[in-house]
This record gives sequence, C-alpha cells and structure tokens, in this order.
Amino acid sequence: MTLITTDLLLEATGISKTYGAVVALRSASLAVRPGEVHALMGANGAGKSTLLKILTGAVRPDEGTITVRGRQRTVHSPAEARRGGIVSVYQEPALIPDLDIRSNLRLTETPVEPFRHWLGELGMEDLDLSSMARRVPLASLRIIDLARALAIEPDVLMLDEITAALPANLTERVLEVVGRQRGGDRSVIFISHRMIEIAAVCDRATVLREGKTVGVVDVTQGSEERIVELMLGQIVEDMAAIAERTAGSPKASGSTPRLTARGLSSGTKLHDVSFDIQPGEVLGVVALEGQGQDELFDILAGSERPAGGELLVDGSPVSFRHPADAIRAGLVYVAADRAEALLMQRSVRENIALPLTTRIRHWGLIDLAAEGHTVQAAVARLQIDARAGGEVRRLSGGDQQKVTIARWVAGGVHTMLCFDPTRGIDIRTKQQIYLLLRDLAEAGAAVLLYTSELKEVQLVCDRAIVIFGGRVVAEIGVADADEPALLRAAYNLRVDAPMPEDVAGEAVAGVVAAAQESTNAGAERGLPVSDG
Amino acid sequence: MSALSGTVDTARARPADALAAWTRRNAWDLGLVGFLVGLLVFTKLIQPSYGVPGVQGLAISVLPLALAAVAQAIVVLSGGIDLSLGSMMALVNVVAATQMQGQSEEFGVAVVLGALLLGLALGAVNGSLIVLTRVPDIVVTLAMSFVWAGFALLVLPTPGGGSAKWLPELVTGSLGNEWIPKAAVVLIIVIALIWIPVRRSWLGLSLYAIGSNRLAAFRSGVSVGRTRILAYTLMGLFAALGGLSLTASTGIGIPVPGPYTLLSVAAVVLGGVSLAGGRGSVFGPILAVIILQLIRTDMTFLDVDTNLATVLQGLILIGLELIGSLVQIRASRA
Repeated sequence: MTLITTDLLLEATGISKTYGAVVALRSASLAVRPGEVHALMGANGAGKSTLLKILTGAVRPDEGTITVRGRQRTVHSPAEARRGGIVSVYQEPALIPDLDIRSNLRLTETPVEPFRHWLGELGMEDLDLSSMARRVPLASLRIIDLARALAIEPDVLMLDEITAALPANLTERVLEVVGRQRGGDRSVIFISHRMIEIAAVCDRATVLREGKTVGVVDVTQGSEERIVELMLGQIVEDMAAIAERTAGSPKASGSTPRLTARGLSSGTKLHDVSFDIQPGEVLGVVALEGQGQDELFDILAGSERPAGGELLVDGSPVSFRHPADAIRAGLVYVAADRAEALLMQRSVRENIALPLTTRIRHWGLIDLAAEGHTVQAAVARLQIDARAGGEVRRLSGGDQQKVTIARWVAGGVHTMLCFDPTRGIDIRTKQQIYLLLRDLAEAGAAVLLYTSELKEVQLVCDRAIVIFGGRVVAEIGVADADEPALLRAAYNLRVDAPMPEDVAGEAVAGVVAAAQESTNAGAERGLPVSDG
Repeated sequence: MSALSGTVDTARARPADALAAWTRRNAWDLGLVGFLVGLLVFTKLIQPSYGVPGVQGLAISVLPLALAAVAQAIVVLSGGIDLSLGSMMALVNVVAATQMQGQSEEFGVAVVLGALLLGLALGAVNGSLIVLTRVPDIVVTLAMSFVWAGFALLVLPTPGGGSAKWLPELVTGSLGNEWIPKAAVVLIIVIALIWIPVRRSWLGLSLYAIGSNRLAAFRSGVSVGRTRILAYTLMGLFAALGGLSLTASTGIGIPVPGPYTLLSVAAVVLGGVSLAGGRGSVFGPILAVIILQLIRTDMTFLDVDTNLATVLQGLILIGLELIGSLVQIRASRA
C-alpha cells in the first residue's frame, strides 16, 4: 500500500468512514498531482465533506491510507495537517468574530505581508486590519479566509464552496487567483457546485457517488455532461425541462397581487422599493452583494420594520411587528444560512412542526397523530432522506435545506420568500427545489426568489427585478433574463453600454480559455488520462 | 434512488428499529437508571438492613431537590439559568410557614395555593427582568438570589412558623404498598399534571426551540421574549413546590437558602441536559438527584467523614459526567 509513484502530491486510497448506520464513505480515493487544480465533485451526501475532513485531520477514517509526497501520513488534527502543508478553507469562515483581523492572523500564525499581497490579488487591498471580524460582511470574510490560507503557502489548498454566496466580481478574482496556482508544485482541491467554475479553473475532477470514487475525469470542453452523469449515476431529466415548465405556465394577470410593496425604505440601505407578485408567479430578485436585498427580505419576513412605505397582502395593507405576524399573513421565509433557520439538535419532526404549532396558537395538547401525518407528507413531498432525522445536524446540507422548506410547505404556502435557497447545495437537490417552487406557483402561491446564481433566474422565474444601491433599477421578463443581461443590470449599466473589461462574461471566458490551454499542455506532456 | 425515499422518526419503521431509536435517544437516561440500580444493590450490600425506612427517607429527602432540579432543567432547556432558585424556595417556605402557623387546616389549603401563585410571580419577575433589561440571565438571577433571600429574612428572621397537619402527611409514609413512598407519588403526580401537558403543547416546543436556536425560533414565529418569561414563570412554580415540600418535610420555615441552587445545576448537568440549552429532559435530572442523594447516604453507611464526603461527592460528579461523555462520544463514532 505504501509503494506509490512519487509524482503524486497527495494520495488517499480506500478511505471508508461510517457514522452509526450511515455510511459516509466506502473506499473513496483521491489522487492529486503537483501543480493541478483538482475538482472534487458529488451530489449531496456523496461524502465530499467527510473526505475533506479526513484529509485535514478533523475526522479519523475507519480504513484507508493517506500519503503526501509519497510518505504515508496519519493526521490527527487540523493543526497537524496545517504543519504538514494541507490547509482547508471551509464554507463557513473560520475567523473569531470578536477579534480584529490582525489578531485573527496572529492566532493562526499567518505572516501579514503575504496576507496583504494576496488580499490585493483578490481585490481587497483596502481592508482595514483593525476592523472586528464580526463587522466584516460574509463575502469579505471568505476572501480574508482565502488570503490567509494562501499566505502560508500550503502544498495542498482545499477550497470548499469558496465561491458560494460571493458576488460575481469577487468570484472572478477568486477563480483567477486559483487558476494561477497551476503549474507550480502546489495543488488546489476545489469543491464547487457550479459547473462553469469547474470548467474554468480545474484540470481534473474526481467524482464521488454514495461514498465511492466513481471516476476521475479530465476537464475539457464537454466533460460537464460526463461529470454530471457520474455524479448522478444516471442521466437525469435536463434542467431545460424546468425552464420549459416555467415558460409554459399560464401567466396570471389582472387579479389582485398576492403581495404588493409600495415605496419600501429602510435607513440608508433601501429606498422606495415597489413591486408586486401575482398568484402563480415566481419573481426573481437580482442584486450584487449588499445592495439592500437582505433588508428587503427582513422587512417582508417581519424581522425588521420598514422606515417607510407599505405592504399589501391580497390587496389589504399589513404591518408586521414580529415574524409571527408575517407568517400568519402567509409570508414565509427560507434562509440561505441553514444554521439561522434550524434547531440543529432537534429532530426533523420538531423542526417541521415548530412553525405549524406557532402559526395556529392554542393552549391544548398538540395532536401528535395529525402532526405526524403532516410532517410525513412534507418529508415525502420534498424527498428528504430522514434516516438520521433524530437530530437535524446529522443530515446532509441539501437535506437540511429541504427541511427549512418542508416546514413551510407542511402548513400550505401563500407567499414564499426564498433568500438564496440553493446556496452550496448539489445539482440534484437544486433541481428538486426548482421543481417544487414551480409546483407551488402552479398551485397558486407567489414566490419571491433572491439568488446569487444568475443562471437560476431564467430557469425558474417568470420575471425578475434588479436592485442596485437599494433601488429597483430594472425589471426584466424571463425571455430577456440571460446572464449577461442580468449582470449588466446588476451593475446598473444600460443594456447597450459595453461591459467593463474585468467584469463578467469576458473574464470567465478568458479563464476558460486559459484552462483549456493548460489542459492541452497537460495532455501534450503525456499525462495519463484516467477515467472511472 | 431508494436513499431518497424518506421516513421520519419511527413512522413506518419496524418495531425493533423504533426500539433501537428510542434507546439511542434516551441512552443517557437509561444509563442513569442502570447506575441507580447498581447503586441500590451496592447500598443493600454494605447495609443489609437497608429497606423500607431507607427508601422512605430517601424519597422525602429527594423531593425538594427533585423539584428544584426540574425547575432548573426547565430554564436550562430554554437556554437560560437561574441562580436564585434556592432563595426563592426559602422565601416560599417561610411565607407558607408563617401564614399557616396557628391557622385552621382549611386555611392551609388557601396558603398552599397562595404560595404556588407567589412562586409563579417570583419566576415571572426574574424572567421579565432578564428579557426587559437585556442583562445576562446569570447576572440578574444572581442579584435576585440576594433579593429573595433578603425578603425571606424580613418575613421570618429566625427559623420558626408552622404547618397545617395535612401537609407533612401528604409526603410522609407510603401509599398502599409500603415500598411506594408518598413523596415519590407526589413527585410523579406533579410532573404528570404540570410538565407533561406543557411539553406536549406549543409552549414546550417553543421552549426547546428558543434553547436550541433563538434566531431560528424567532424566524419561525416564536415570540422569544414571551417564551423566556414563561419558562422562568414555570420554573417559579416548581420552585414554590420545592419550597412547600421543605415546609412539609420540616414542619417549619427556615429563612436561609439551602444548597439547592448549585445542587440543581449539578443535577441538570448530570441529568444529561445541555447547559447550552435545547437538549435533554426533566427526567434525567430527577434520576441524577436520587443518585446524588443515595451516594450521600452510602457515605454515611461507610462511615466516611462528612467533610470528606462532600469532597468525594464533587469528584464522583465529575467522574460520572466524564464516563457518560466518553460513552456518548464512542456511540457517535461507532
């Protein structure tokens, strides 16, 4: 087992790990060459996170060996892995909120100068190192986390969904920097659900399915199909089917809007925002990071009160003092951050039942049998794998997200406010969520959908509004809502204006071209092409 | 893919699976039951005469502690803590004792009801102060522990007062079988009448919800402030029951708070309730109280010096907690 060709930087073979009855990994393997960006792909619960945790020493495998530069390693802790040159950037920024950035750096013994350099590369040179981590927006924290990891020059850098929830401009900077890691003797393991990013920066992709490595694919033009096929184990119905349904759904018009916002404002963040949603409509909200969309959703969900403007539900004015008021008026909120929405230590059942019981408050005993049926129906409808449902934190990310939606579906949906509901979840779950949103709309509900993935807009929305600087700057019909158009509008550019060079399509296209060049170069060097 | 067809909890599962799941969920409590049985056997071995009187004594001495542990468990489950519990019990105890002294048996009933209302009020005051001032619960309740203790001394400067005759009779002796102490029956009735209905209502669910994740509970439409106040109010009710049980077992009022505050926290921890809130039940802490009390008794049988016994009790608490955590970690890894 220890006889391994030395041209691999990191190799994991026969890794298995079980948690109770749940098998997270069964003989997974991963081989990373020096100087490559290696994608780790897989649907929800395929075992990506577990494999990552094993490589960084956060979890110990039941079986399997890990070798770094040909030498077998047993890693006991993330700190040890770090000393061994393996560093990971997780989905949740690992910064202490109550310390300033400089102290956070000192805590991890990160040299400041290289950190500054990488911050600059990532487009955040103006960061004040004495600002408290808790006051820095999430997207910036991720960039800081990444710069910190880059600064200690690890042999293997693992990026888990680093681009999820990043605005488009930062995503491009990140992809550029990741792309530049290629060719040296260091490697990057890259996890992302966005196929275009994989195509842009990755050389090869290892695909996991149900805890097994099912294939290693060279990333070239057209390899996306192959990757998706491997991930899903079967070719699923095309996403286009959803878009077809969107296009084919009858458009309600003339009836009373489910929800009307008139001149909503909130502090300096939101100014005079007006829109309405008809029953049966999915209205997209498109915005760059921090353009007031958070405040808008907080107001609609009853978490915050607007400074001005009015809200009408089914034509009659409402005002919310508490989320309970919004819920009773039929406005329910699906958050991107599952940790903000779920009772992680409680069961699937209690999580789904909580808003049910608070919606209709009565002093009697809860009718457990009826509640059980409702919960069961919601679980079945969303196809939640609830075998580990005794505690929600044991479910996979996608299943957790489904629980946050199921709790509202269980009580019947009038208006659903979805704030980036597919952030960081796999393609299969995404598909299920899109289909569900269309189903809900067809049944007469109204859906407001903010998404950081512009592709989703044309797929599921009937219409989209674009928010910039706290104002609605554009309304775009589904037919025109392609990615470049939305991005232009999100930057508040006129449709006919040329895009700035470093923005959007061209940049991605450039990186893609570079990726293909280097892949071709790799092929010319005669590296073996393996395929599961 | 079959993996995607979901099932929730025990629904549609085979009975054996349901039993296994139930065992896993209640592993901590079952462990405590096992330990308690072992401890009883040990007690019988070192003191062969241990029998009906021993069990009776145990039940009576455990009653105030068990009620205190339930009270503390309720606030801890909701993500809080109350350090004024002992003082609250003392205050209710002396108020009941002074009011009942020299009065008729019937008037005693009114005093008991009044004492329960007093408990509810004291708890509501604690909860409201925490929610309205936004001062951390640990600070507010520590301060209130002096306030309630002070009031207790104002009501009754030295131990004294009395009790209606029926009150001690309610908790001493046995019911039917001599092995069933009345104190245990009272405890079971109180839990069945108060805690179980609450647990099954929206309040119980909200209580666990705010202990588990305040933001998620808020977003789900739970009124966090109101639920916190209700949790403390409920705690006040159990504290009052604890105070009355002191009046019942001593027959008088004692204005100095007993060791109940810290013992209740110890029992909550040993009873498998997460101090971070949201996880556990009130049954674990009750078992823990019985275990702590029985260890104390065994020390007396073994003729261990009282002061040394206190030291050992602390060490045993850490030891039990350690073993329990290790078993849990192993179970979650297996």
